[in-house]
Amino acid sequence: MTAGASIQQTALNAGREPLLSVRGVKTYYGNIIALKGVDMDVHEGEIVTLIGANGAGKSTLMMTIFGNPRAREGTITYAGRDITKMPTHEIAQLSIAQSPEGRRIFPRMTVFENLQMGASINGFAHFDQDLERVCTLFPRLKERLQQRGGTLSGGEQQMLAIARALMSRPKLLLLDEPSLGLAPLIVKQIFSIIKELNEKDGMTVFLVEQNAYHALKLAHRGYVMVTGNITMSGTGKELLEDPQVRAAYLEGGHH
Amino acid sequence: MNAPSITASAQTEAVTKTFDLSAALKDAFRSALITFGLSIPILSFRTEQSGADLFLSSRWGLALIVTAIVFGLRLLIHAFTASRAYRKAIPSPRQATELVHAQPSAFQHVSRFAIPFFLGVAIAFPVLIYLIQGGLNESRYWIDLGILILTYVMLGWGLNIVVGLAGLLDLGYVAFYAVGAYSYALLSTTFGLSFWICLPLAGILAAFWGMILGFPVLRLRGDYLAIVTLAFGEIIRLVLINWVDVTNGAAGISSIPRATFFGIPFTASEDGFAATFGLEFNGMHRMIFLYYLILALALLTNFVTMRLRKLPVGRAWEALREDEIACRSLGINTTNTKLTAFAIGAMFGGFAGSFFAVRQGFVSPESFNFLESAIILAIVVMGGMGSQIGVAIAAIVLVGGPEVLRNLTFLKAVFGEGFDPNEYRLLLFGLGMVAMMVWRPRGLISEREPSVILKERKAISGSLVKEGHG
Repeated sequence: MTAGASIQQTALNAGREPLLSVRGVKTYYGNIIALKGVDMDVHEGEIVTLIGANGAGKSTLMMTIFGNPRAREGTITYAGRDITKMPTHEIAQLSIAQSPEGRRIFPRMTVFENLQMGASINGFAHFDQDLERVCTLFPRLKERLQQRGGTLSGGEQQMLAIARALMSRPKLLLLDEPSLGLAPLIVKQIFSIIKELNEKDGMTVFLVEQNAYHALKLAHRGYVMVTGNITMSGTGKELLEDPQVRAAYLEGGHH
Repeated sequence: MNAPSITASAQTEAVTKTFDLSAALKDAFRSALITFGLSIPILSFRTEQSGADLFLSSRWGLALIVTAIVFGLRLLIHAFTASRAYRKAIPSPRQATELVHAQPSAFQHVSRFAIPFFLGVAIAFPVLIYLIQGGLNESRYWIDLGILILTYVMLGWGLNIVVGLAGLLDLGYVAFYAVGAYSYALLSTTFGLSFWICLPLAGILAAFWGMILGFPVLRLRGDYLAIVTLAFGEIIRLVLINWVDVTNGAAGISSIPRATFFGIPFTASEDGFAATFGLEFNGMHRMIFLYYLILALALLTNFVTMRLRKLPVGRAWEALREDEIACRSLGINTTNTKLTAFAIGAMFGGFAGSFFAVRQGFVSPESFNFLESAIILAIVVMGGMGSQIGVAIAAIVLVGGPEVLRNLTFLKAVFGEGFDPNEYRLLLFGLGMVAMMVWRPRGLISEREPSVILKERKAISGSLVKEGHG
């Protein structure tokens, strides 16, 4: 990603309605506040990343967008529709797909059946094509179509979680820590696939990551979250060069 | 214990699928011989006192039975260790690093032979019994037992939809059985409707009650769900006892009309079944008809379940069992999915219930206590949650087992004249459960059969392995 491209992108976004917009969202777990009024935008065709430390509320924001847990205050709009109070499965039907934290594949079902589950939203309209496509993206999965999901390695499970999300042909893809617990080589592979999806298919990606260096390098724009608040935002390059970000998230050099 | 050569060869050489039968037989024979030798001083003679005299009576039969049991068990152990060695030598489907497409799962091993075998036996059962027992009246007991087992197979398959596929632990399944039974009992005695009209009605009513149970428990999982469903089962039973005006309370409903052969009654009269088909009247005709009726109902349950598993709703059930949150974020309406599971499972419970009523001719709340739910659940859990053939085997073992024990008269010789295996039924149940937990914690057939088997893709993946992608 060149710096020019990111700036261009940001300039382009200036006048447009964002695809996903989060305004003043507050989420609680019981009485404990997890998100303290978050504002965030994701524009069409962008890769936006959210970085932050453990327990900052990144995954909570991701899950709140999907209505589980529900935002107690604030609004979330997607493609002009208010989805704040919509049930999770209806949100998923609006062509938002999610690869949730911890992968959450179906362990006793085969890889093929897992992918079928991903395609069930649009009624298997383009199942064969989509299967072919994810098999090209993840040749590993193609080899293991008939294997049970739970028997895959961590990296393969992550690939399956992303592939399953792609089966519904989403406009917006939400990825929660796709690099978690994976070998550097596989992380690289997964990030290059995300980039490919964005550049070739124009898929909008919202990426929650701890691996700040890779995520910011990949993303057009980024947000930094600290204990339930967005504290900083900017292009990926800006954030990468920001001394505060460097001190907090990139200490110890490049991963 | 002289270790059979089978295990040793398993680790070193290529393992053959069939275990060394002659070696196993030899070893079993040796063990049997030792047992027989030992039983001569221990079992074969018995002292009996008659007045002041002491007699020695021989019990060779008992000694021979014990010897035969040892022989059989020894052979079983060999078969078991051989198959285990085979399994160890072959990469299991659980192993992630190996490609295992071509390796048929344990389920496929079992199902290839077991399904046609069980089906054949089930269909031919009345004929076989007739031939063995040599008469209709003599086979009454066995046909009765067959009906009982098949009823539980059907109930197990029905509950399997809720527990095995959708993963919703239901401890009150007997409630739907009761709803089905009382639906038929009340509809037929009050309105004089025939069995064939009441059967679908009972199913619909039970499904309706399934949904009623479903709504309050939608948000519950695991233990909490189990408690609420348990309570639901008890509520239904208590309502049946206390709503005397409608259900006749604890006295139950008697003289429920019997099923007809598509309108032809099983009576000795002119237009009865026997006269119509030119047979001599025999009460057993009705029993055999009931046997085939419950067989058909059970097979219907199985067929519908197998079909549903291949449809999106069935796959959604299984996905729900695996991960509810993932399900929701894939756009599956978990509310509807759970309700359909409850409703369809309950519907089959209702069918079985109305069959129960028509068979007994009498229903009372006492037939629908918690123990019934526990037995049905035990069948599903023992069979391996979600496995159809496993559930059938478990039903045969758990329901037929105590009956078989009752017929083993030599047990009386061992434990004394007053021994009634039925009294130890629950003890054996418990022992069986503990044994299952130790050896097969996920049920008899724990391997889940994929709903889609990709044949042509094996070749693709096979060629990729050779290229070194594996």
